[in-house]
Amino acid sequence: MGRKLLTEHINVEGIDTLEVYRKHGGYRSVEKALKTMTPDEVVEEVKKSGLRGRGGAGFPTGMKWSFLAKPEGVPRYLVCNADESEPGTFKDRQLMSKLPHLLIEGMITGSYALGANTSYIYIRGELLYVLRILEKAIAEAYAAGFLGKNILGSGYDLDLFVHPGGGAYICGEETALLESLEGKRGNPRNKPPFPAVQGLYARPTVVNNVESIAAVPVIVNEGGDEYAKIGVGRSTGTKLISACGHLNKPGIYEIELGLPVEEFIYSDEYCGGIWKGRELKAVVAGGSSVPILPKELILKTAAGENRLMTYESLSDGGFVTGTMLGSGGFIAMDETTCIVRNTWNFSRFYHHESCGQCSPCREGTGWMEKVLHRLEHGHGHMEDIDLLVSVAKQIEGNTICPLGEAAAWPVAAAVRHFRHEFEWHVTHAKEAAQPGAVYRANGVLV
Amino acid sequence: MAKITFDGIEVEVPDGTTILNAARQIGGSIVPPAMCYYTPLKGSGGKCRACLVRVAAGSAKDPRPMPKLVASCVTPVQDGMIVENTTNPQVLDVRKGIVEMLLINHPLDCPVCDQAGECDLQNFAFEHGVSTTRYQEERRTFEKIDIGPLIQLHMTRCILCYRCVYTADQIVKGDRNHGVLGRGDAAEIGTYIENIIDDDFSGNVIDVCPVGALTDKTFRFKSRVWFTKPVNAHRDCPKCSGNVVLWYKGNDVLRTTARKDQYGEVKEWICNECRFEKKETSDWTIEGPAHIDRSSVISANHYELPVLNQSVVADLPASTQRELEKNPPLKLGN
Repeated sequence: MGRKLLTEHINVEGIDTLEVYRKHGGYRSVEKALKTMTPDEVVEEVKKSGLRGRGGAGFPTGMKWSFLAKPEGVPRYLVCNADESEPGTFKDRQLMSKLPHLLIEGMITGSYALGANTSYIYIRGELLYVLRILEKAIAEAYAAGFLGKNILGSGYDLDLFVHPGGGAYICGEETALLESLEGKRGNPRNKPPFPAVQGLYARPTVVNNVESIAAVPVIVNEGGDEYAKIGVGRSTGTKLISACGHLNKPGIYEIELGLPVEEFIYSDEYCGGIWKGRELKAVVAGGSSVPILPKELILKTAAGENRLMTYESLSDGGFVTGTMLGSGGFIAMDETTCIVRNTWNFSRFYHHESCGQCSPCREGTGWMEKVLHRLEHGHGHMEDIDLLVSVAKQIEGNTICPLGEAAAWPVAAAVRHFRHEFEWHVTHAKEAAQPGAVYRANGVLV
Repeated sequence: MAKITFDGIEVEVPDGTTILNAARQIGGSIVPPAMCYYTPLKGSGGKCRACLVRVAAGSAKDPRPMPKLVASCVTPVQDGMIVENTTNPQVLDVRKGIVEMLLINHPLDCPVCDQAGECDLQNFAFEHGVSTTRYQEERRTFEKIDIGPLIQLHMTRCILCYRCVYTADQIVKGDRNHGVLGRGDAAEIGTYIENIIDDDFSGNVIDVCPVGALTDKTFRFKSRVWFTKPVNAHRDCPKCSGNVVLWYKGNDVLRTTARKDQYGEVKEWICNECRFEKKETSDWTIEGPAHIDRSSVISANHYELPVLNQSVVADLPASTQRELEKNPPLKLGN
């Protein structure tokens, strides 16, 4: 059983209240940081911990913090990205609704480390009930003196606000989030300048995922070196994985990075295998935008080594035979899943959520969706399969923000690993168009 | 100052200049195309991705190449930067893809479009695109919208460059009621309940539009632009500079536009009175034919008389030269 750093007390009755949270060691990191550490020492601990951004990109958090520009007399901001909307990812929602004070504690410690006197939690618009939980918790923190003026007599002031978005996936992109937070249309900005130099209100800003910020109290309490002992290589600490799909026990698991994928799927401690005794067919390991992998490649790397739940192991083999840890949205699909239909479904999402600002993404996402729709419904041609790959390639890397890539990768990967299914949809168009039809090696319907 | 190498040509520009503007200082065919960037409009650019270039070396200090192609219109230069545009096949390939993306939902109704002949998208597609399409799906269409009595918005042709939005935001005074509604490929330029932009400078959105999405209702379907002759003219206008181009067909002024530079960017904004109301030659002081790029279809019928141009005139016989001097060709219209 792995260690639980974030979710140890998640099921304690009343843990969402300050009183119970304090009884279980809450806000220790605020006391420790504000009373005994300088801001730079906190940043140093986070650097030592090797914590990597939990939102998907996996950029080292400590390094991000040290990049923050600190011009004299200009306010800086810490913004928490709680706009979790990637299909398959639902870890932050749970963390915030069960342990609101953990996020607030992380925000206080993080803001202190960065020298921010105003911080924001930008929460996905659909999560209104979580917003209310957070606001109640923030009010408690203000009353207990952890927020506001002169926190714990240290002379450090901090105001924390929760801001709901309008429910657009694109506002989870950090610069679109900042635009939205400023009250504008949530279009991603051109970079450079990066938020660390010109972020919110054109001031230096750090944007971090909920889970990254929630890990800060643990790191401050236990020390960065202690935290770095967990995990494998450059993947340190624990990660929340939101497992869904055809699993016996879908749900949110806090794992120590380095857990073998096979153990995660099949052991009773975690997902407990594939439901109804069926076979695993494919896995999307890190939220819908990362490349899909067939069973053989998700359990073992191309070189035959065990695939581990780490940033490095999952991306072993690049995009040819690998994928990404991403945000930890683990989607398992059994043998009855039609990959073409599933890819079309993902594509439909990205088509719907493209902001429409830059041309490759605006036009390309719609194009891919229409071609996939055609293939799935039995009107496809063989050329369409290569067309999909070509359109995906035209989008990838040529857009303002990563949404273009997020839309292109799953399509390209599905064709790469399951081309035979796409071809079957063309050669057996009538069968394939029937509801629930799935490709089988011998061509028989389920 | 920063020294950069663009397609093998060195150029020195002030710090903070964008790669595109540095390339424009060199000029010629190496300048990346721009469908959304517009120098007079703050914040424009980065959206169409037509100007993507490869940065082979980031700067003298950090000579690593940039991992992705960058939009040259919004990326500032660094001293020692090496940029590849026409010298890099990957860039040209990607540009071909951008043309395709911009065209898949474009109606290609050039035969009935007023912009044809002076359309940035036409030029862009002609120079960088392929002549076939792989798109079989239904194209996106919108209803035409009247933005006031003088301007028509035809979203079906729009490439969402946002230039008109920035114009409405920065040039037109008053309430900002001209934004973008919807998102993805359903995004459209909206005026919120089809409000009239009744500002004196609202007509400038027609000039900034790279395609035929925003058209002048006083000119719609009057003539193909290449059958009209552009003539520089000015008048004493209390609201704007009064420097315009009149587009003549015979003795009639069919339309009035602002003066543009060689990259199609407006030099001075003009007011709606000059643009829509003053359609008589007697309203204006004529300066002479407006220079139009020789590669443009507008110059295809050689309306432009030999302008006093050193390289052309030098080879003329002395007698012709004397004739030209006695009777300068710049005296057109009055």
